[in-house]
Amino acid sequence: MTEIIWHGRGGQGAFTAARLLGEAYSFNDGAYALAFPSFGPERRGAPIRAFTKLDTKPVGNRSEVKKADFSIFLDDTLYTDAALQELKEGGRILLNTRKRIDSPSVITVDADSIAEKYLGLPITNTILLGVLAAAGGVVSVEDICKAIELSMPERLSAKNTAAVRAAYEEVKA
Amino acid sequence: MAKKFLSGNEAFAYGIRLARPQVISAYPITPQTIVVEKLSEFVEDGSLKAEFIHVESEHSALSCAMGASSVGARAFTATSSQGLLYMAECLPYAAGGRFPIVMMDANRSTALPWNIYGDQRDSISQLDSGWIQAYAENAQEALDLALQSFYIAEHKSVSTPFMANLDGFVLTHTYEVVDVPSQEQADEFLPPFETENKMSFEQPKNLGFSAGPDSNFIFKYKEHTGILNAKKIIKEAESRFAEIFGRQYTGLTEGYRTDDAEYILITLGSISGLVRETVDKLRNEGKKVGLLRLRYLRPFPDEEIAAAVRNARAVAVLEKDISFGSEGTVYTNVNSALHKAGINIPSSDYIGGLGGKNISAGEIEEIYSELEQQKTGVYFIGIGGGQSGS
Repeated sequence: MTEIIWHGRGGQGAFTAARLLGEAYSFNDGAYALAFPSFGPERRGAPIRAFTKLDTKPVGNRSEVKKADFSIFLDDTLYTDAALQELKEGGRILLNTRKRIDSPSVITVDADSIAEKYLGLPITNTILLGVLAAAGGVVSVEDICKAIELSMPERLSAKNTAAVRAAYEEVKA
Repeated sequence: MAKKFLSGNEAFAYGIRLARPQVISAYPITPQTIVVEKLSEFVEDGSLKAEFIHVESEHSALSCAMGASSVGARAFTATSSQGLLYMAECLPYAAGGRFPIVMMDANRSTALPWNIYGDQRDSISQLDSGWIQAYAENAQEALDLALQSFYIAEHKSVSTPFMANLDGFVLTHTYEVVDVPSQEQADEFLPPFETENKMSFEQPKNLGFSAGPDSNFIFKYKEHTGILNAKKIIKEAESRFAEIFGRQYTGLTEGYRTDDAEYILITLGSISGLVRETVDKLRNEGKKVGLLRLRYLRPFPDEEIAAAVRNARAVAVLEKDISFGSEGTVYTNVNSALHKAGINIPSSDYIGGLGGKNISAGEIEEIYSELEQQKTGVYFIGIGGGQSGS
């Protein structure tokens, strides 16, 4: 099972990303996924977490992920070195930041700049899905784009899929 | 069939749309809100032709559903927690009137302390109200129950309202892969609602009347036999369902690796998935353990429980419920089933998940380890004994 923890602030779309990832993965035959937010008061700007679990058999454990294969941060003000404790062995952190982080477990990307360019808004949730597609081998960029197209009106999905592809190319390069 | 990625609430709403209810009356309450919102969208976009009545309270929601049912309409409502308690006066009313209304309950704790998260104290407190009670494990089963519920409730020999329970948040708000059947398949499974128990100008009847001591007693006896008849009709519904949709359910209970199990944990609802994974882990370590999931609490699966645990050395119940001053109500019911069947093995009760508290894989393993020690008694997971005061 591949387990993902999403970190964001209320309004940044962490749970939407968790759900899109589960949907994208489930396009494959024999693929099962769960996606859910940390249940609690939903307030704009407050730290929230969301979770995606991906497997080739039904997922029975509905508890929050404690150790992740990927821990994804939409907002670098939520990131501390303690985040490494949340990783399985060989796990990776995907971090939206302009800072340099010297750790073999951390992949950084300046998602804010990509968001600025393609969306005109500082919303990076779908962009981090592109980063995950590039980093993980968990899900293809095509499936991510298909999930986005299915769940957003075309005006938004066109911008978002362009941003996803740009992020994918940037991390692959 | 179409594969979709849906939450439990959404899946249930899709199932209800496929069942073509004519009247939906509901009042929103967390964590049920989404099922009501989704259905109102379906009515708005024309994909569901129903009267959607946004009533002013849960008491009115069920009263309205009764009114609709009394003129022969297929009626649906949904609620949770305080909402269920607020409509409690109407629950035995609907059952006594033999109105086959379907209600979804998003299982949630009851106040005080105020808490919006999942446990099963709300629905279990209403076990005596005369309603069928089913508990879904996942979103697929939720959708399938939405369809099956009308078939069972409306069957002439049953004619009893049906409460389908989904664990709040962990099931209602978790997204998973769901097969959504086509409307053609659903129509083949579930014909339109026909009943003689209705008010009409053609055949005027007096419904909802009073009954004195002698006839009242007979009405109550008939109510009891009606809900017991559901045992047979649930099986009938499930085999018809399997023929059309290819998914076979297992009646009032679902056993997992119980055949040769020495230690069996009995539970219900969405925690069963984690228990099943724990059973697999312990089996790999050579432990003869099993899971018995209760899919229905009313009618209660006495015979099924007795048959499943007859050769076990000990059983435990894991439930998100406590009858204060006694024990978990599921445990009381299970012990009664064992006693009636002459099965004399140690049994214990584990109360967990109250107010939405997480139950971990480690805690389930611990229960199995205590089962092997043939422990008896009532325990609050993580706190301890619940049999004497402190």
